[in-house]
Amino acid sequence: MTTRESAKASPEQMLYADLLFYGCWASIFIMVITYAIYVSGLISPHIPLDKLPHLWRLPVNDFLHEANAPHGWGWALLLGRGDYLNFLGIALLGAMTIVGFLTLIPAYIRKKDWSFLVIVILEVLALLLAASGILGTGGH
Amino acid sequence: MVRRLREGINACLWAALAGVVASPAWAFAAEAQGAVPEVNKPWWFWPLVLLLFCFVLGIIAVLAGVGGGVLYVPLVSGFFPFHLDFVRGAGLLVALAGALAAGPGLLRRNLANLRLALPVALIASTCAIGGAFLGLALPTNVVQICLGATIVFIAVLLATSKNVERPQVKAQDAIGRALGMYGVYYEESSREVVEWKTHRTLPGLILFIVIGVMAGMFGLGAGWANVPVLNLLMGAPLKVAVGTSKFLLSITDTSAAWVYLNKGCVIPLMAIPSIVGLMLGSFVGVRILAVAKPKIIRYLVIGVLLFSGIKALLKGLGIG
Repeated sequence: MTTRESAKASPEQMLYADLLFYGCWASIFIMVITYAIYVSGLISPHIPLDKLPHLWRLPVNDFLHEANAPHGWGWALLLGRGDYLNFLGIALLGAMTIVGFLTLIPAYIRKKDWSFLVIVILEVLALLLAASGILGTGGH
Repeated sequence: MVRRLREGINACLWAALAGVVASPAWAFAAEAQGAVPEVNKPWWFWPLVLLLFCFVLGIIAVLAGVGGGVLYVPLVSGFFPFHLDFVRGAGLLVALAGALAAGPGLLRRNLANLRLALPVALIASTCAIGGAFLGLALPTNVVQICLGATIVFIAVLLATSKNVERPQVKAQDAIGRALGMYGVYYEESSREVVEWKTHRTLPGLILFIVIGVMAGMFGLGAGWANVPVLNLLMGAPLKVAVGTSKFLLSITDTSAAWVYLNKGCVIPLMAIPSIVGLMLGSFVGVRILAVAKPKIIRYLVIGVLLFSGIKALLKGLGIG
């Protein structure tokens, strides 16, 4: 018989939920702080703020060329600049799902749930592939 | 006093909604008058407008029961000066942040179910990577035309689809059974424990290929497509379909967002006000939900979607 107790989420699901909760709010907090630093001019940006209205209407390749902006993980080398500092929070937001999936692996090994273990590993690999930029950071 | 408060909230809501509905008119008026070019405006002008616009959009999205991304991309690409590449990049981040913020609560209450979400997410997120590359490889006008057609389709879907609270699933199919796509959740309103299982799993999984490609290609988020497939086709209860769909977005949009990020399609000056504005708006929207009349708002949103979809179509065809 199904009881209210049986309707509770599994421990691995609860762990995933906790991780998403803290990770998501940490990344949004970081975004707000770094954005305030950026627009206040405390740290000078790589692309001058007053140049952006001329650039953001261009297709991305023209934008990168005109602004001498990096693609791929090139932003990591420019974290000392006000604009690229914002990528810390954005990258953390993008990393949360990958980290969440990694926490599921031990749980599925313990349960010997091999089909879901394979699904989780494949998902992590797909997300890592997308995040790595290996698939091509070239132009249009 | 409660009545007065309710009237006040409704008045604010209508004013906010009028802002969003009227935004296309403002944009057209500005174009028609050959107004001062956007480049002559100070750098902070559009990010500030975007923050306020997204705040209102966040409220409207909650009340209309749609994701932020599906409203954000057509409206911002149609009526703001940013190139579609950056709008899609920001749109994915907006949808991702919203999904990640909602995910924990849904997972804890078992309304987002890992056993239902994971197999579907693997298909959708892998295809979203392909969709993102496809969207960035195609000429902008082609993407704009496809986006316009999709938005019009979404508006029609929102207007016509009738979700079923608890679909009848007589027998689970072999794939669903093998993947353990069944579960239990507690229904607060009726205080009962609801058991569910899926059927027609294979066609459902195949449709998630298309959903993934579209999510990546247009940066829309895909709740509008996830829910009908999970609910009407696969037979998941509406609450589980909505919860799992929101959680799914956090996975699908992560893969596509990384592609856009790596391609250089994220401008923090516009992306962060969009994310923060929409999230703040969503919180206010949830509070207003109790006293508002979401049905009328839903119809207005369908109207705005139709309008912005047609605008995107015309823009892609070089007419608008």
